[in-house]
Amino acid sequence: MKLIELKNIIKTYRLGDMDVPVLRGISLSISSGEFVALMGSSGSGKSTLMNIMGCLDRPTSGEYWFDGQEAGSLSADERALFRNRSMGFVFQNFNLLPRASAVENVAMPLTYTLEHVTDKEVRKRAVEMLLHVGLHDRLEHQPSQLSGGQQQRVAIARALINRPPVLFADEPTGNLDSATSKEILEMFNQLNKEDGITIIIVTHDVIVARHARRIISIADGLIVDDKT
Amino acid sequence: MKIHRTAKTAFQALMRNPMRAVLTTLGIIIGVGAVITMMEIGKGSSSAIQKSIANMGANTILILPGPAAGGGVSFGAGTAMNLTPKDYEAVLGECTSVASAAPIVRARTQVVYGNRNWIPASIIGSTPSFLEVRNWMNLSEGEVFTDRDVLNANKVCLLGQTLVRELFQNESPVGKEIRIKNVTFRVIGVLAAKGANMVGSDQDDILLAPWTTIKYRVTSTSLVTSNVTSASDTSFSVNTLNRLYPGGELSPYPKQSAVQTANNPMPVRFTNVDQIMASAVSTEEIPNAMKQITEVLRERHRIRQNEPNDFNLRDMTEMTRTLASTTTLMTNLLLFVALISLVVGGVGIMNIMLVSVTERTREIGLRMAVGAKSRDILRQFLAESVVLCLVGGGIGILLGRGGSYLVKLFLNWPVENSIGAIAAAVIVSGSVGIVFGFYPAWKASRLDPIEALRYE
Repeated sequence: MKLIELKNIIKTYRLGDMDVPVLRGISLSISSGEFVALMGSSGSGKSTLMNIMGCLDRPTSGEYWFDGQEAGSLSADERALFRNRSMGFVFQNFNLLPRASAVENVAMPLTYTLEHVTDKEVRKRAVEMLLHVGLHDRLEHQPSQLSGGQQQRVAIARALINRPPVLFADEPTGNLDSATSKEILEMFNQLNKEDGITIIIVTHDVIVARHARRIISIADGLIVDDKT
Repeated sequence: MKIHRTAKTAFQALMRNPMRAVLTTLGIIIGVGAVITMMEIGKGSSSAIQKSIANMGANTILILPGPAAGGGVSFGAGTAMNLTPKDYEAVLGECTSVASAAPIVRARTQVVYGNRNWIPASIIGSTPSFLEVRNWMNLSEGEVFTDRDVLNANKVCLLGQTLVRELFQNESPVGKEIRIKNVTFRVIGVLAAKGANMVGSDQDDILLAPWTTIKYRVTSTSLVTSNVTSASDTSFSVNTLNRLYPGGELSPYPKQSAVQTANNPMPVRFTNVDQIMASAVSTEEIPNAMKQITEVLRERHRIRQNEPNDFNLRDMTEMTRTLASTTTLMTNLLLFVALISLVVGGVGIMNIMLVSVTERTREIGLRMAVGAKSRDILRQFLAESVVLCLVGGGIGILLGRGGSYLVKLFLNWPVENSIGAIAAAVIVSGSVGIVFGFYPAWKASRLDPIEALRYE
């Protein structure tokens, strides 16, 4: 079953009077339950591609189908809803709220969706999610009291709180040492296998990319290689 | 997002930098505090001013009878004799905007004590409420006559300072007896000094007595003769024989039967008073009071729809206008001061909120990435500035009340608590939060999530 389908996606940025092409016609499909790595050197357009797939950005032209729905032409508010319900994001620099506890950080996305749920239930779900990523003894710690790997786990728990079918990770191990990187990648693998979550990692690191089961290489806004 | 959750999020965000939040709020705290202190001091002094102007008689309404005319000759204002003590009672009882009223009977004659005499500018017969109407409640000596004295037409009187000086020099007049037209009056009190009125006549040159006494004992019209209802009764009272044989029917004229009396009605003469003085509940109520008095008196005097009034009403328009302009000037001045301090506080809030938006760009990007719509972001930042302003407003209210209390305690200025000022402070600080928080919040909501996430 195709979860994500891109048809001839083109993205150009305008810099002054010049049009700078970033993506020059990308067609791609990703099925539900895949573990994909988007590889490429910096400036190749891999981050832009992830932004379009993550509904953070809109393509200049081309079609983007997500779960049987055209998502490329949605309005900003509709895309926000889409991101909230169907996508999780993990970033290189974790992006946790400082001076807020791990539970509060994880529960944050729920404040934008679950208006009817009580505070107690929100907390319960956040705690469950933190147990799921193995942080049972760090519930009330603030990000500054957590190690890098733990912070990234909190970020993963936050991304999964709405049980999205897809998880986007932009250089998730860029700020971590190799041992912790391995742990985090193991966790992605586990989430992919056990929970059936589709995972898309953006990286320039071949070692990281090797953990994925499908590697798509991008250079100069075009797919140059796609191997399983 | 639920309101309480929005407020909670805003509170948590502010608590991440408590020192800055407090310093930002300081502008609003001082602003609101100053406004409340000023409002309370202003209200206190404005009502003190109002009181002293009201002491001059600004709330007084004078009810005068209309002009009398006979054979083409008009006798000028106040000459008709159609205001009665009953009119006074009706005005007092039926007009809700009238605080108090007093009937007035005037006389101008000589007052004698021992070998000295004097003609006071006014000899006034009234009720104890006259002093209330004139705001002349404090006596320098003795006591006021009572309603019972009025009913019994007792021969008691109060003297003004000028009269005391002229008749008694340095003696205390209380308990002494003076004579007015050979009627002896006992002095029971001395009025406090009031000085000249607005046109310069001496208000202390006054003798005040029950109106019944002045009317029936001094101006020498007796109750019996003024209530004459039929010719036969007149003859009864003139005939001196009835003193020799009380109870005997010694009328020299044949008595009229009931039918004859009904056929020849004699005009009924009421006891009349020269004028009625009323005071309105407050200066603003004067027009209302005048309207009510007119209605009551027209009904009592049985005046038809299109007939003119047979009485005149006077109010102290000049004084009232002065009073109103003083009060509005005061209020506007304070409002202006309030506005300036609150605008300064609001600009402070806007400044800090802009800094906060820049500082938290990444957080905004993240919130957008996990599904916050731009209006959620707008609401969150707006909530933060409103919470800041409301908390500041709350502390400001306490500070302001404390300030005005201290002013009252140490400077002894007249201060009046103002619930209105507090309500206004809450509303104004809330709207300052919305107005000055809007631009930063709007700026935050316009951010592009990708740019914001990449912001260093």
